[in-house]
Order: sequence, then structure tokens, then C-alpha cells
Amino acid sequence: MAAHLSSGRVNLTALREAGRRELREFLDKCAGSKAIVWDEYLTGPFGLIAQYSLLKEHEVEKMFTLKPGRLPQADVKNIIFFVRPKLELMDIITDNVLREDRGRSPQRDFHILFVPRRSLLCEQWLKEQGVLGSFIHREQYSLDLIPFDGDLLSMESESAFKECYLESDQTSLYHAAKGLMTLQALYGTIPQIFGKGECARHVANMMIRMKREFPGSQNSIFPVFDTLLLLDRNVDLLTPLATQLTYEGLIDEIYGIQNTYVKLPPEKFAPKKQGEGGKDLPTEPKKLQLNSAEELYAEIRDKNFNAVGSVLSKKAKIISAAFEERHHAKTVGEIKQFVSQLPHMQAARSSLANHTSIAELIKDITTSEDFFDNLTVEQEFMSGIDTDKVNNYIEDCIAQKHPLIKILRLVCLQSVCNSGLKQKVLDHYKREILQTYGYEHILTLNNLEKAGLLKPQTGGRNNYPTIRKTLRLWMDDVNEQNPNDISYVYSGYAPLSVRLAQLLARPGWRSIEEVLKMLPGPHFEERQQLPTGLQKKRQHGENRVTLVFFLGGVTYAEIAALRFLSQMEDGGTEYVIATTKLINGTSWMKSLMEKLEPAPF
Amino acid sequence: MSRARADEEEYWHSSKFRAFTFDDEDDELSQLKESKQAVNSLRDIVDDDDDDLERVSWSGEPVGSISWSIKETSSSSASSLEGRDSSLQKGSSSYAAFPKQVSSYSLSSLFKGEIPNIQCGQMALSDTGVKNYAPELRRPKAEYKDYSNDWSPKDTVRRMQRGKVCSLERFRSLQDKLVLLDEAVAGHDGNVITAVLIFLKRTLRREILFRELEVRQVALCHLIHFLKETGEQKLLLDLLRPCFFSLSLQLSQYREHLNIQDVEKRREFLKGCIGLPFSAEDTSHIQDHYTLLERQIIIETNDRHLETSGQSEIFRKYPRKASILNMPLVTTLFYSCFYHYTEAEGTFSSPTNLKKTFKIPDKQYVLTALAARAKLRAWDDVDALFTTKSWLGYTKKKAPIGFHRVVEILQRNNAPVQVLQEYVRLVEDVETRLSLATKYKCHDVVIETYKDLKDRIQLTAYKCKVERGSAEEEKINSILNNMVRN
Repeated sequence: MAAHLSSGRVNLTALREAGRRELREFLDKCAGSKAIVWDEYLTGPFGLIAQYSLLKEHEVEKMFTLKPGRLPQADVKNIIFFVRPKLELMDIITDNVLREDRGRSPQRDFHILFVPRRSLLCEQWLKEQGVLGSFIHREQYSLDLIPFDGDLLSMESESAFKECYLESDQTSLYHAAKGLMTLQALYGTIPQIFGKGECARHVANMMIRMKREFPGSQNSIFPVFDTLLLLDRNVDLLTPLATQLTYEGLIDEIYGIQNTYVKLPPEKFAPKKQGEGGKDLPTEPKKLQLNSAEELYAEIRDKNFNAVGSVLSKKAKIISAAFEERHHAKTVGEIKQFVSQLPHMQAARSSLANHTSIAELIKDITTSEDFFDNLTVEQEFMSGIDTDKVNNYIEDCIAQKHPLIKILRLVCLQSVCNSGLKQKVLDHYKREILQTYGYEHILTLNNLEKAGLLKPQTGGRNNYPTIRKTLRLWMDDVNEQNPNDISYVYSGYAPLSVRLAQLLARPGWRSIEEVLKMLPGPHFEERQQLPTGLQKKRQHGENRVTLVFFLGGVTYAEIAALRFLSQMEDGGTEYVIATTKLINGTSWMKSLMEKLEPAPF
Repeated sequence: MSRARADEEEYWHSSKFRAFTFDDEDDELSQLKESKQAVNSLRDIVDDDDDDLERVSWSGEPVGSISWSIKETSSSSASSLEGRDSSLQKGSSSYAAFPKQVSSYSLSSLFKGEIPNIQCGQMALSDTGVKNYAPELRRPKAEYKDYSNDWSPKDTVRRMQRGKVCSLERFRSLQDKLVLLDEAVAGHDGNVITAVLIFLKRTLRREILFRELEVRQVALCHLIHFLKETGEQKLLLDLLRPCFFSLSLQLSQYREHLNIQDVEKRREFLKGCIGLPFSAEDTSHIQDHYTLLERQIIIETNDRHLETSGQSEIFRKYPRKASILNMPLVTTLFYSCFYHYTEAEGTFSSPTNLKKTFKIPDKQYVLTALAARAKLRAWDDVDALFTTKSWLGYTKKKAPIGFHRVVEILQRNNAPVQVLQEYVRLVEDVETRLSLATKYKCHDVVIETYKDLKDRIQLTAYKCKVERGSAEEEKINSILNNMVRN
């Protein structure tokens, strides 16, 4: 069931197992039959840890979504709320509890499980509402790092970037540090820590402090990770703004991947059996899980989309040929063998069908004129062309009232690629945006300025060309089919963050001191002492394992680039990726925009 | 597609940027087709029982996943769930194999050192002694009992981080409280910082609290966030009143207007915002916001009256879809170009008045007016928009947005060829003019352009695009004949 987690260099099943065990322990505390009331946001991440069957084994009979009003009837002994520590959710819970029929018998017991942790603020809030005493167990479930795939962990903390950079609230960094401590408890102390950026510095400090404050926490597990690299998202604001061009990246850009699931328009997935054409066309979106458990997906997810078609067609030929084999099967033994392979072949066929349909959906968009124009402008900016004046295409898009997020992505991209815009250009864009989309967006523009995504150029210096050249961020000769450099993931642009990881492994950051100084925040190195006996003696030819932690989010294209580096024959380093949240330019922008609808209550 | 295909390709080949189209268009298409065909043909061969294979319900939720189960258990009775479950188990052997929980360790047990020797992948947990590997991660147990009154600020913060209950009451002096706050801030745990702030808020005089927070920006942000979330608007505004705070806090007051539903009240509130110490640039935007809403209220009252009384033809012919209140400026301008185009500059609802008041750039004004008038098919107004008179009395056509944009907008509003053609002719760039004219079938423009270019070959080729025996064909023939004679 979780085979995809153990396929990588580090077996992440262990982390998942630890999470499951903790969940079981909690459920068993509330003896008797139970119903769980879910904060809907949590079902996705929990789904990556456990399935309903696990809950059922521990007497969970009913599950509901948290909403105001009376709780549904259910003859269970316990009602357990699984919630994030948010005040608005506490209000709903209060409402639920107050409306509970006190006269019913037997009485139902209430419990709360806070994810990822108990909040004093929330408990105080419940106390003020006079319901805190109704809860028998109030506990926390530290779901810090959730395993998404064999080499991928995420905290799925949506607002981490915003909290860190706009609200100076570093709670998510504290959780990141806790998550790293858990990881070290399971996989050994990580001997080397590198980092770049303010938040990276904080996390490293917290880790070191947590370790120091608990002497006796000396860990005697042989270290699996050699290096930890902590990277602030604001060291590389550029990458998430550009449109990702890998297969997985495009699926995310266009349809949005949530907790490894994607919802797709159903038309292309209608079962086409002869004789029943046209009837029962599904209207609900088709939902698919995307991870490395699916062989074909694992092969194509990180390819540039331009290279996906040829793989799909090759696969089609192989599968067709395999099915043809049945004509050659003559003896009973041969037929038996064919039949035994059938389930595998059917799975392969169904997977091929799905991805052919998805590729068609994406292709409709990537071949559209607007996609093309947008990409042209992005690539011009990233290669340093005309970043210092008002761009015609952006103006046109504003005039035609294209979605605001698209405009903001482009304007921010231009600003980042020019180390800030000339005051006149910035004022012009701001004015156009406010006049066209509404003055209240001044709040969003202000947020973007605070995050450094949109800013006036200070001192009239543009550092981007130097950074671009030194780090080779723009590659003119990119090979999308058989890539030889990470720049294939954006068809020319090599993600800055991943370049930093690549250069750290070889030849080391000393070679790029000058550029590192131009990027925001400190860069540093720390060592954690290992007891003698645990120090690794590397076998000849054995790869190092580096955990790259993106504080503030990471894109699928960046993950693809790191996987590409892992697979390089003479690379010498394999990467495991962790992040506060999987993002793309759109979801990231959304998290930074002011919510403009008034609150519902 | 407004750019001709050939054009696009040429652009691509001449540019240093790679097109994001498949390398070989046809090949690629056929590749996708190929795999699709293969997939379809295979459907006939294999017994198509996808549900069994994929183990997902149609909505895509994998059967047995948590979100699937919520739907199931809350919508159906337990018995039907039972039935469903067992049928599923029969249906697919791999589904039935929910992994039995064989795991023998959890995070907490791990830290207690209870695990024997477990191999997992490359990770070997050695059994060196029963000791606490990382006690800080251990789940707090019986935490309420070990209650002590002499924790230092540092210990207090650490205990709170671990979710234990601590009494803060014994921090009595200001000095102690501030040390406690600084410790909390140094721990980066927002949960604890907020808890300490609540305590300080309760036990310190407001002026003192504000004064101390002034030099503790991180704590200040947490308090503001907390007040926002708990809706303590009054205290929040008090906090914001002194002007030593940064710009974003002024904005956070401005933000409040979004929560005001009543337009009149909203307008009043915005008026109050103008006086806040914003940057010069922001002040002018907020001033504009206020003026715009004020204007919209006047227009709305007036027009609603006009519409309901049925006096005005334009409102009868094109009833309004929504109120103009709270719409962006450009939308308001469009509205006024649509309903109030001919009004004198003196009235609040006239487009020229809006243009002047808000210093709308020419380009934006022309674009909006063009779109509005074209929608009404008022071609004379469109014409007037681009006609300028020189001081000698000559008229000249000029468009600040470029005539190719004019053509696009007109075309989007289904302008007839006669109208389109007039503006296609004015497109300066020959290439663009030709491609637009060809695309929108403005034959005369194509023919004249080729004539000017003296391009016999293209002209001859174009003959097959016009109707046989039409005036256009005749024209081409006569031009061709003339060209020979020259």
C-alpha cells in the first residue's frame, strides 16, 4: 500500500509507520465506539498516513465533516474532533458541543486532537466559551513532515511563507525544526548542516538548541543523511513565478495537485465502449492519485512535457505487443503464463490511457497562443531582455482583464529579474492594476512589496545579470528530450535554488561567495558531532545523501531538477526533498493576496 | 489565433527562444494518437473492469481513503457500508490486503528506547541501552502533576512549548514579564508568544504594553494578528493610532472598509482613511478610491431611477446586469461610456469627467471607450474616437493604442467588414496589415497592399481567395494588366 515510500534511497515507510502508531495509540485511549469529526483540510494529509481501515480497526464507526449546528445522530460512545488549532474552528466545535442533547443516553464523550499541536490560545478560547471542561482528552498529533513519495516530505502548511515573511510569525519554522528532530530520531543525526537565508539560520539555531537543551538525547542510530541543506524561499523568489514545463509541473500549474491527488475534467476519461456511446457521461471531475507507485508516471513525471509524447507512444507499442503475445501462446503453460501477467498488463494499459488523456488536455493549453505569448515574455525576462521598461504584453493583458494572478506573476517576475523595477515603471504597473482590478488590491501589492517580490530598484543597481551569469541560470542550448542540465525543467532557465544545491555538492559554495552575498540572508555551515563508531566510512562509489529543505515552499519543477541530479551517473549525491508546502506560482500568489471577501461571520 | 501560423513559425525560428510546441508537430500529434489508438484497441481485448483494477470510485477517491469514508459513513446507513465493503473485498484481492498493522514502534516508543532491533531499509535502530534518545519529543504524560512555582522564564517558555500548563501569574515585575516575553520570542513558537502576550495584555497598562512592543516588532506583529483574529477592533485601532508604526499597519486599518457592507458607511470610513499617514503614492490611490465610490453612489442613485422609470431608451434596450457600486475604475469608465457617452463634461457620470478626475491615460481611455461603443455598434462614435483635426482643418486618423489593437477589439465585437477594413487599412506595419486583412477577409486592403508592393505573384495567388466574377476579382485582373504594361 505504501510501496512508493520505500522505493527511494531513504525508507520513508518508517516515518509513516511511526505516524500510524501514534494515531492508534490515541484512538485506543478513547475506549469504545467512536465517530471522528474532521476539519476538512486535514483529510488530505491524513490520507497519506492512514486509510479508513486503520481507523475502523480501532472502532471508528462514523466520520463527519466539521460544520456548525447539531452533530449528526450516531450511536457511538466517543466523538473526537480532529482539527487544526484555529479560532474559527473552535467556534464551530463550541456550537456543536452546546447543541448536544444533554438528555440523550448514553451520553457521548468529547475529545479533541489538535494537529499538529495543542494551542494554548485555542484552549483559552474554549474555556471562555465555557466548553473546555466538556472534553475528556485534549491531545496533539504532531503531523510535521508527511511522506508524499519515496524522496519527498511536506508539512503542507499553506501559509508558512506568508507567516514568515509578512507576519514575522515563525511558528512554522519551529515546526520545521521539530520535524527535523523527529527525522533525526528515526534516521540518525545529520552531521553537516548548510543553509542560506534568515529562516534557514533560525531553523538551524533551533535544531542545535533543541539538541543542546536535552543532553542524553545522544542518538545512536547510524546516520542515513550526510548533509542537510536549508534554503529560504526568498533566496530564490524567481523560480516559482515562472511556468513549470515538466509533466508533473504542468499538471500542477493547470489543475493543481492536492496531497498527491489531481482532479481533471471528466470528458476525456469517459469510458468509450462500443454500443453505449454518449450515455452516462460523467459530470464529476475525475480524480487520480499521482505518485511513483505508478510505474509509467514515475518515468514521465519529471520529463519536459515536450519529451512525454514519445515515451507514451513507445509504451503503447510495448503494451500492444505484449497483448499480441496471446496469439503465440499455444501450450497450456504458455497460456497460463500470459494470464498470470494479465493484471499487470491491464494496470499498465489503464495507466497509459490516463496519461494519454492528461497529455492531450495539457497539450490543448500549451499549444494555445496565449500560453505561448506568456512563456515568451517569461523567457525574455529570465534571460535579461527588456526588464527595465513597461512590457507591452503585460499592459495588453491588463487591458483585457486577464486574471489578476497571471498579471502579478509576470510583474513580479520582471521585478525579480531586474533586482527591482524603476520607480516610474513600478508606479505605472501599480496604477494600471488598481484602476483595472480595484483599489482594494493595494493591500495585495503591499504584501508583495513586503515579501520582496515587487519593489523599486534601490541604488540603481541590477545584480540579476551577474547572478544569472555566475550561476548559469539561462542556458541557450537546452535539450528537452535527453537533458544534460537541470535547465530543461523550464526549457532554458535553471532554477536558482537547485543550482545552489548543485554547486554546494560540487565544487562547494566557496566558489560562489560573491553571488551568495548578493542573495538575501546569511549563508552558513554547522557540524553536529557524531559519537565515534557512527562516523561513516564511505564505500567507494557510494553516493552521499542530502536532504534539501525548502522553507516557504518548493515547486514540482525544482523537485524534478533535484531528481535529475540524483540520477546523474557521476553526480555523487542523491537528494531527498522536504518543504513546508508544495507550491506553484498561482497557489503561492494566492497565499500572499489579501482575502477580499468579507468574513462569513 | 490572431497571428498567422506562418508568421508565428517565422517568429520562432528567428528568435532565440524555443517555442514550447512539440519539436515535430505532426510527429508528436501522431504519437499521442498512436498511444490513444493502442489504448482503445486494447479495450476490446481485455475484460474492461476498471473499477476493480484501479480501486477508485468514480469521483476518484480511492476506496478506503479517509475522504471517501467520510462521504460513505455520513451519507449511508451502516449496513449498506458494510455490504459495500465486503463486496469490495471480494472484488479485488489486492484491495482486501489492507496491510495488517505489523509495525512495532512509534515515535514515542522509539524515544523511550523500547524498540528491539528493527531493520528498515538501510536504517538499523540499534538497541544500545534503554535510554531516552530524544525526550523532548516524548508525548507529555501526567504533565499536570509536576507543577512547580519556581520555573525560570526560560524553563517556563520551554514547558509551554511542550504544551504544558504553566502559571504566569508569578511574573509580577515589569522586568520579569519582559524577560518572559523575550524568551518566548527567541523560541519562535507563535503559540507561546501569543499566550505570553495575552498575559501581558491582561496585566499591563495599555500605554506601557504599547511602549514596550514598539521595540519588539515580532511580538507586536503577533499581538496585532491575535487582535485581528479575535476581532478586538477597538484595541487594534488604539494600537494603530500612534503613528510610530509602519506603513502596513495603516493599510490594515484601510483594510477594515472591506467588512463594511453599507456603501454610505463605507464611503465615510474611506474618507477617514485619507488622513492616515500613508506614503504619497498610496494616499493618492486611497483618495481616488474614496472619490470613485462617492461618484458611484451618485451615478447609481440616478441610474436606478432612470431605469425603473423607463424614461431612458438606452436602459430599456440594455438593462443593467449589476449595480456599479464597488466596481473598479475601468469598469466604471466602461459603464459610463456605455450609458452616458454623450453627456457634457460637467456631469459626474460623463466619461470625460471621469477621465479628467482620475487622470486616466489616453491609451486606457480609448481602449475602454472603443470597447463600449463597439459593443453598441456605434461606428460613428468609433470613427470620431480616432479622428483628429489639425489647426489647418485637415482631419487625420490617429490611435494611441495602434490600429491593430483597434481591429482586434472591433472584430471581437463582430464589426462588419466595411468597418473593419477601414481600420485594417490604417495599420502601419505592412506585414501585420496583410495578415489581419487576410484573416478578416478585407479583400480590398489585401489587393491594394500587394499592388503597392508590386507583388504580382501574391496578387495572382490571392485571386483564388475572392469570389469568382466579383468586383474584387475584376480589380485584381485590372491591376495585373496594368502592372504588365508598366
